Parts: sequence; structure tokens; C-alpha cells
Amino acid sequence: MSFSIGTSGADMGPRGALHRFGDQSEGRAFDRQIITRLLAFLRPHWPRMLAALVLMLIASGLTLATPYLVKVAIDQHIVRGEVDGLTTIALLTAATFVGIYLASAGQRYLLAWVGQRVLATLRGQLFRHLQALSLGYHDRNIVGVTISRVINDVAVINDLLSQGLIVLIGDTLVLVGIVVVMLSMSPGLALLTFLVLPLMLLVTWLFARRARVAFRQTRARVAAVVGDLAEDISGMRVIQAFAQEGVSQERFDRVNSANRDAHIQAMSLSFIYLPTVEFLGMLATGIVLWFGGQAVAADELTLGVLVAFMAYVTRFFQPIQELSQLYTTMQAAMAGGERVLQLLDTEPQVQDRPGAREMPPIVGRVELDHVSFAYDRAEHQSAGAPRAPEQNGNRAAPEDAQHTDGHRATDHPYYVLHDVSLVIEPGQTVALVGPTGAGKTTIVNLIARFYEVSEGAVRIDGIDVRDVTQRSLRRQMGLVSQDPFLFSGTVADNIRFGRPDAPDSAIEEVARLANAHQFIMDLPDGYATEVLEGAVNLSIGQRQLISIARAMLADPRILILDEATASVDSVTEALIQDALARLLAGRTAIVIAHRLSTIREADLICVVRGGRIVERGTHEELLRRGGVYRGLYERQFVDDGAA
Amino acid sequence: MASEPQRQPGTAHALLRCFSYLRPYSRLTAGVYITMLAIVGLTVVMPQFIRWIVDTGIGGRDTQLLGGSVAALLGLTVLKGVLTFFQGRWAETASQGVAYDLRNALHQQLLTLSFSYHDRSETGQLLSRALQDVERIRFLTGRAFLRLVEAAVLLVGTAAALVAMSPTLALLALGTMPLLAYRALAFGRKFRPISRAIQNQLAVLTTRLEQNLRGARVVKAFAQEEAEIERFDQANERWFTLSATGARLQAINMPLLDLIANIGTVFIIWYGGLLVIRGQLTVGELVAFSTYMGQLVQPVRRLGMIIPAVAEAGAAADRVFEILDATPEVRDAPDAVPLPPVRGHVRFEGVSFAYFGRHHVLRDITFEALPGQVIALLGATGSGKSTIINLIPRFYDPTAGRITIDGYDLRKVTLASLRDQISIVLQETTLFATTVRENIAFGRPDASQEEIEEAARLAQAHDFIQELPNGYDTEVGERGVTLSGGQKQRIAIARALLKDPRILILDDATASVDTQTEHQIQLALRELMRGRTSFVIAQRLSTLRSADLILVLERGRIVARGTHSELLRTSGLYAEIYARQLRPQEEAPSPRRLVPDRQEAKR
Repeated sequence: MSFSIGTSGADMGPRGALHRFGDQSEGRAFDRQIITRLLAFLRPHWPRMLAALVLMLIASGLTLATPYLVKVAIDQHIVRGEVDGLTTIALLTAATFVGIYLASAGQRYLLAWVGQRVLATLRGQLFRHLQALSLGYHDRNIVGVTISRVINDVAVINDLLSQGLIVLIGDTLVLVGIVVVMLSMSPGLALLTFLVLPLMLLVTWLFARRARVAFRQTRARVAAVVGDLAEDISGMRVIQAFAQEGVSQERFDRVNSANRDAHIQAMSLSFIYLPTVEFLGMLATGIVLWFGGQAVAADELTLGVLVAFMAYVTRFFQPIQELSQLYTTMQAAMAGGERVLQLLDTEPQVQDRPGAREMPPIVGRVELDHVSFAYDRAEHQSAGAPRAPEQNGNRAAPEDAQHTDGHRATDHPYYVLHDVSLVIEPGQTVALVGPTGAGKTTIVNLIARFYEVSEGAVRIDGIDVRDVTQRSLRRQMGLVSQDPFLFSGTVADNIRFGRPDAPDSAIEEVARLANAHQFIMDLPDGYATEVLEGAVNLSIGQRQLISIARAMLADPRILILDEATASVDSVTEALIQDALARLLAGRTAIVIAHRLSTIREADLICVVRGGRIVERGTHEELLRRGGVYRGLYERQFVDDGAA
Repeated sequence: MASEPQRQPGTAHALLRCFSYLRPYSRLTAGVYITMLAIVGLTVVMPQFIRWIVDTGIGGRDTQLLGGSVAALLGLTVLKGVLTFFQGRWAETASQGVAYDLRNALHQQLLTLSFSYHDRSETGQLLSRALQDVERIRFLTGRAFLRLVEAAVLLVGTAAALVAMSPTLALLALGTMPLLAYRALAFGRKFRPISRAIQNQLAVLTTRLEQNLRGARVVKAFAQEEAEIERFDQANERWFTLSATGARLQAINMPLLDLIANIGTVFIIWYGGLLVIRGQLTVGELVAFSTYMGQLVQPVRRLGMIIPAVAEAGAAADRVFEILDATPEVRDAPDAVPLPPVRGHVRFEGVSFAYFGRHHVLRDITFEALPGQVIALLGATGSGKSTIINLIPRFYDPTAGRITIDGYDLRKVTLASLRDQISIVLQETTLFATTVRENIAFGRPDASQEEIEEAARLAQAHDFIQELPNGYDTEVGERGVTLSGGQKQRIAIARALLKDPRILILDDATASVDTQTEHQIQLALRELMRGRTSFVIAQRLSTLRSADLILVLERGRIVARGTHSELLRTSGLYAEIYARQLRPQEEAPSPRRLVPDRQEAKR
């Protein structure tokens, strides 16, 4: 708060300047529809917003008043030698500063509070919506992209809603205020000073454009460094095993030096911009001093006006710089807002019908009645995440497709199940076998109603799964997969997942039944051992045993096993088979099997191929028949028997 | 995020060491500080022109001096701008150079450090060292220290100019500066932990979300959506509470700094005005005073951000140097000789191994593999199988005993010459985000297209590679095509084949793939083992039957050894594993008649 010269740019410093101008998104800065919907999030907080606006106006008004007070002090008191008046002015100035402090502290707090409240609310809302979305959405969308919606895009919107709008109003008013005050003090000098404005606008515009590009470049370079380094660290064993350290270092050196150069390049821009702004500030001051000075000398202007002008000139540039950042903020917020709203607008493919009833306790009869299933193109696109068509196609099919050799789904609707009928009696174990991409996973996804059938019906105990709530249905189902997902948290938390209120004794009991107790006790903290990210501190076999315990505790009536023993050593596999046998007892189970040796005991084996059940029967029946199953079976044992 | 360790006694030393990285850029750095002095000089001189303008140019109606001074001000501003540009560019170049050098050094060091180091460290941690911590050091050696020195010099220069004009007013005006510096520091100290807590909480929130999304299937299958929402809301509300606290702190303190700075202005108006009235000060000096104060506020305020950043850079430097100073546990002996091409005769002589010197995983392992033999390792998770295979390429050194290849002690040959003759194919395959071709040629970047295709054919990979969008030039990984587990495994086999090693290490498991793919992988593995000394982590009966020697491991010891038929007779454990796990594999229709067993064929 001084009538200093040439410090208008100092407030931000080069780094600040870059961050402010360097936002990633380009595109429209204004979209009425998006703005209207985003503003709705502010509605509950309008009293606070209004208060913030009033406080901002007060602060701006007082800020404009101080140079005027200085003018009065010089012209009325200092030049005339009035000590009393000078003291009054000094006190008034002090009071003004205190007023500015109070108003701007209040305004800052209110705006930040509202902004963060809206941010938290929006994130909560998005999370709720994500829980409601069906598995189809989660299969199609990359996790990182969704996270970025909820974390980053929402923050960008907040920048606009809480800060941007008020800045827009405030800065515009300050700018107009300065113009009015200067014109009223000395119209001629004011107009002369305003000559610098177009230059300032031009320079800022030129810089902002280049800085955006340059800064985007630096972010890409940093990402390249992170990517290369992360890959090298995780592939370190391979690099060392193949003695390729030299090649790896060379490659890193390339991304590393590109990163350095991009930063120097980008920063150099602001090393040009900031001194230029400073020069323009000095140019305006020079105009004031030259023309104003002559006017004062000629007694056409008072010294106080001259000094006040110098103060106003420095204050002039700030709103212009801030408004140019605001443009960038708005661009980013529009893009982010569009993506967030799109996510909120995505309809869950699987929804409870109005008036859907609770699934009564399940006995366990599962019936697929002429079921067909096709992925729908329209639903793919509603997912909202922009992605390469190739990836889209790959992900379109459920997990099966990810293992498929050379398989690529097309983008138009296509059937992955054709007219499948199957009855599973309570307590039976049914195995689904067949090549990847045949439709095994789709069948179990439909039974759990992760997807909705396209034709036909899935009935459990004679009740169409579409007539009951998803929650009541799935509470009675369990899932054990070959690469089970464990959450971060303790081992006990993970076992407890399906029944958060289960006592410790129950957890230990199921862990024993699942053959997991012993190794859990060998872990550093037993049941309280934290599962690290990606469950890296547990072997695949251990993860499987925990997921079996988890399913046991949930005590489901219907179990889905996605080949729980794909890749573990023989001893662990024995433990898993043993635990599974206990888990399956008395429950209806559907097993997706790769290793045929594990399913010989199944009550029914269905060979799935091309979306159809092509063979069904018990192990012996199918072997006798000498069809597809026998072929699969023999080939597997050729591998095992031959050298 | 790891909790920031408390500052250690070594921090001051670490800070000094950071500056030693400026040495290659000493000329640039000298330039930076010289321009800084010039800029400060200009900054101190320029308000004097304003004083002359007001007092002489305007007050004395000297138009010539007025014009000259205005022109001089503009000229000096241009000069200052040019100096500022070079200062900024040089400082940036030097400090980016420091960051570049440090990152290269870190990368090089990570390549050198042995497996035992990488076992202990987490990828995320290492990344944060190389990125955030190096960035903090960069900030310190670049702008932070410069601004610190600049603020000090500017303060001295300004004080001198002010005192020369009016000692008493100088005292009053500058009196607020210590208070400003103190508040700025105090605020920084108070705000930092909260800002860190907010960041950490946001990380917690992100992790919650990520876990929920990755586990979407499990969440839905167990109908736990409500519980998940509750958990997220908790984390979300906590984030809000912390953020609101941070916002309040900022709202109170940031304008307070302005208020303190403004007290100086009030003094200038009031006491300075009095001095003018008494004729002890000119109006020009009054205006100059105010200008000086304005120039001082920013640098002093910035100290509140810079001083904590210096402390943080110290901690960051400690962590970075900790990595750079780590000694690789496995490295070439000073007198190491290159291992000549070997035949593949591997001997373990009384080998023991303990991780981190405590946790014993291998005890007194002795066995011998003749050239071309297949050695199968059998045992539960944690029995020591993987450790044995990790000792052969010298990823670790035994804590006792020794390993020889063709009579050469592994510790007496160079790592590169040893690893050049060994290939490893494990179930969990690491491919790099580059083309299929480069992945296959990873161990031999000079291999010809024919050699690469030949290896791919033998590995049963050629056909599917040709069907990829760009064949061998298809990018794999994040930016490219996503390969299935089976495809990756076959590329890894091709990579191992191309290297044509004498010694081979593999596990015979296949990633979860369908029967057809599994068949192809088994064919490829068989091709790979032909004529090489092979160590196999065995999960298949076929491997065990064909092995020349099976080692049954339990808790780090060999509890039984022999061929399949010998072990069936002699080892209870083996018989049990066979009965529970392996025999069911055997009950296939008629495997042995389809392809004769290797040992039977030998007889």
C-alpha cells in the first residue's frame, strides 16, 4: 500500500506468473449451459457469497481511497503547513488500512469456505453416483481418468466458482473506479496515461498465449521423466539381468535433458514478460511525471494529484493481469465442468426398478432362460471419458477380453452370448470352461446382475433378478477371483469387507476354515498387518486365501469363483483347493475354470464357445462323448505329461 | 506420503553439498549474483530520480532536469529489465542444470544398486526423491538463495538511502520491517503443517477413490456401496475441515502482512509530513521514502516463504544424498575378470543367505548342475526357491559359502560378463513401453530383424506379433497395445532366446491363459531349455519328470533331492505333494502314450 513505482509485477514472481497462465485446457471460455448448471452448486451458499461481494466492494473502495488521502495530505496540509489536519489524515489513513484488512480477511475466508464446501459436496455427489453406476461403466473407463474427474476437474471448477466470479466483478469495478477517479482528478493527464493500456493488453495477450503452450510443454516433459523413471524402477531387475544399464541411462538422459530445456524455455518467457510489464509501468509513471510535472510547475495541477496519479498507475495493471488469468481459469473450468457434468449425467445401466422388492433369502436355484447379451454402442459413449477407439473396443468386453490373444471387439453392438439356457439346482457346482472371450465371465456377470440381459431372463429361485433390488440380491452372493482385489487397510478389514460388523472371533474362525489363519499369524502384525498398495506384501496365493475367507464370512448363498488357482505353487494350491471345498459345501457355485484338473468334481460342466454352451455334462460324460471337452482335456495333459 | 523426518544434524552439511552441485555452473552463478548486485543498485538509485524530479524538476521548475530524469528513469528501467532477464535465465539454467545432474546421478545410482536395495525401497518413494526432493534442492540452489541474499542487500542499500535522507523517519519506517519478517515467518511455520495435512488428506481421499474404483467388482459383489460412501464421506469431511482451517489461517494472516507494511506508510504520511512542514524534509524526499518502502515490502514478505523452503530443501537433500551415498552390496571386485564363455557347470557350495543380514532364507545349500542339465526346484512359497535363482546371476551375494560357474567364483568375475550368459523368464513379465522389436532385442540391441523373428518364431510369438497393428513395430504398454499375460510371456521367452544364454532360469507356470495359449507357451519353454543348463521353479509334473535333479526345499534347506522316481520312494514330503497336487494332473486319458517321458526315453 504505497505509491511505489514499477513493482506491479513483483507480486507474482516468474513462477507464479507461469502457474497462473499455464493451465492445460484450451477451448471455449464460456458456455452458458455449463455455467448455469455449475452456478446451481453455489445456490445454497448465496448469503455468504453476497457477504463476500459486499466485503470485496468495501475493500476495493477503501483501496482506491488511500491515494486520494495522500493527495489531500499533500495539497491541503503538508504544502500549507497544517499539522492538525495532517494528523487527522494520518489517522484516517490508518483507519482505512484497518478497514481494508478486516474486509479482505472476511472476504477471503468466506470465499475459500464456500469454495471448499462446494468442492467437498461435489466430490461426495460424484462418489455416490459412481457407486450407483453399473459395472459396465467401471469396465469401460480407466480408473485414472475417473479419479482425475473427481479430484482435478472438480478443483478447477471450484477455482472459477469461488474465486473467479468475485475476481471478475471486483477487478472490473476497481478498474472502472480507478479510471473514474483519475478522470475526475485530471482528465487530460488521465487520458494521456491511458495510452499505455493498449500496450499492456497486447503484451499480456501475447505472453499468455505463449506461456500456455510453453507450460503445457513442461508438464509433458515432467510426465515423461516420471514415466521413464517409474518404468526403469519397476523394470530394474530386468535391466540388470540383461546388463542394459547403459542403454537405460542414455534414454533417461534424453528425457531428463528435454525436461531441463523445456523449463528454461518456459521460464525465459516470463523473464521477458515481467520486465516488460515493469517497463510499461514506468512508462506510465514517466508520462505522469513529464506531463504532470510540467503542469504542476505551471500551477495547472497540484503536487498531490501528481503523487496520487503515480499510485493509481501502479494499481492499474493488477486487475488487467488478473483478468487475463481469469480467462484461462474459465477455459479450464468449462472443460472440467463439462466432463464432470457428463459423468453425473451418465445413467447407470443397471438400476433398481421403481418398487423393486427385496430378494427373499435365497435357496439357490439359478436359471438362465434363453439369455442373450450384447454390448450396446450408445452406452459405451455415454461413459464420457475421451479415449482411443482402439482401447474402447478392447475394454468393451468384460474381463475375458483382456486376456484374449489378438482379439479386438468392434465398435458396433455385438452379441457375446446367444440364447443360453441353464438350470443350476440349489447346492450344485457348475463349471464353465472354454477359451478366453467365449462368454464365461459374461454369464456370471449376468447372474450377479452386473449387466442387464439383452434378451431372455435370469431367475434365482424363480424370481427374475430384475424384479429385486441389487443390494438384496448381491448381499447373498460371493465372489472369489484368481487375482483377488484387496483393499488397503488391515488383513482383518479385508476379511470383514462384506460384513463390517463381524467380531474378531468370527474373522479368525473363517480364516481358519480358509486355511489362512496360519500364514496370517506369521505376518508381522497378524490380523492387523496393513495390506500395502497392490497387496504387494502378500503372495497371490495368500491373497486368494484371504478372499476365500472374505467370501466365507459374507456367507453367501450363491458363489462365483473365477478360477481361484491359476498361478500358485503346488503346496499353496492344495491349501486353496481344500479351503474352496469347505466354502462350496452347501452353496450353489458357478466356477470359471482354466485348469481342468480342478473341476472334475463339478455337478455339471458347461463348455462355452462363441457365446454358446456347446457341451454340457459331468466330467465322465464329457470325456466319453469325445467332443470339445475331451480335446481340451487331452491337450492340457499332453503339456503336463510330455518333456 | 512419508512423514517428513526431523531435521538431522547432517542437514547443514547436506545444504552445503547441494551448492557444490553448482560448481559446473560457476560462471553462470557468478553472473547471476553480479547482475543481482547491479539490479539492487539500480533499485536503490531510481527513487532518487523521483526525488529530483519532484524537488528540482517540478519544485524548481527545471523542465530540462524533469525531462532528463524521466528519460533516465525509463533508460534505467530498460537496463534493469535486460539485467533481470539475464539473471533469471542464468539462474534458471544453472539450477535446472543442478536438477538435471542430480536426477541423472540418481538414475545411474539406482541402476547400480543391487536387488537387496530395491527390495527395501518403494517405487513411489524413489520417484518422490527424484522429482519433488530434487525440485526442492533446485529451488534452493536457484531462486531461493538468490532471493535471500537479494533481500539482505536490498535492505542494507535501502536503509543507507533512507538514513541519508532522514535518520529518524528511516527508523520509524524501517521499524515495521522486523515485525513484517517475523509475522511472515510465523505464518509460514504455522501454515506449513496444515498445508501438508491438507495435501495428505487429499492423497487419502484419492486413494479411497482409487481403491473403490479398482475394487468396483468386489464392492458390488458384496453390496458394500453404502459402507464405501460412508468411508469416503468421512475422508471428504475431514479434508473440508482441514481446508477450512487452512483458509481461515490464510485469510487472517495474508492481509495482516499488508496491514503491517502499511503502518510504515502511515508513519511516512504523518511524521514525514510533519518533517516537511518543519522544513526538515523535502516533498521529493517524502515521495522517495514511500517508493523505497514499496520496493522493500515484497522481498521481505517473501522471506516467509523462502526460509521454510530452505529448511525443507535441507531435509530433501538428506534424503537424496542417502540414495546417492548408498553402497551397492553387489559390485565388481577391483580385480574382477570377465567370465569367458561358459559351458554351464554350476556349483553351490555350502551357500547360506540372509536378507538384510537377519532373516535367514537359505541354509547350507550344496548341489551341482552339469552343463545342459535341468534342475527343478520344488517347495512352498517362502521355502527359498526364488532366492536360489536370484543368487546365480549374482543379484545377491551369499552370506556364506560360494557359487561357481565352470569353476569361476561368481564374486571374482564382472557382473556384465556373468549376466550376459544368463537369461531369466519368470511368470510375471516386465516389458518396456516401447516396440515389440525393442523388447525382444532388449538384451542385444544390435540383433538383426532375422534374428529377432527367428527368436519370436521359436517362442511361438511370431504369429500374434504379425497380427498386431504395426507388427514388430507396435508399441506396447500404456501408450500402445495392451498385451495379454500369455503374449507378454512369449515375448519374454523370445527376449531370452535371442540372448542365447548358456544358463537359463525360469518358472514353468503360465500366466492365467486358456488351454491353447498354455500349450504354446509350454512348447516355447521347452524350446528355450534345449541344450542349456536350466533352473526351473517347477509347478508341473512334466517338468519334474524330465528334470535331471529335483531339489525339494523347506524353510531354506534342501530336504530331499533326486529324480522324480527316486523321490517318490525316498521323500515323504515329495510323495505327499505328488499325491495331493501332481497326481491329479496325471489322470489324463493317456498322456504318456502320446509323448514319451524323457527319462523313460533315455532308458
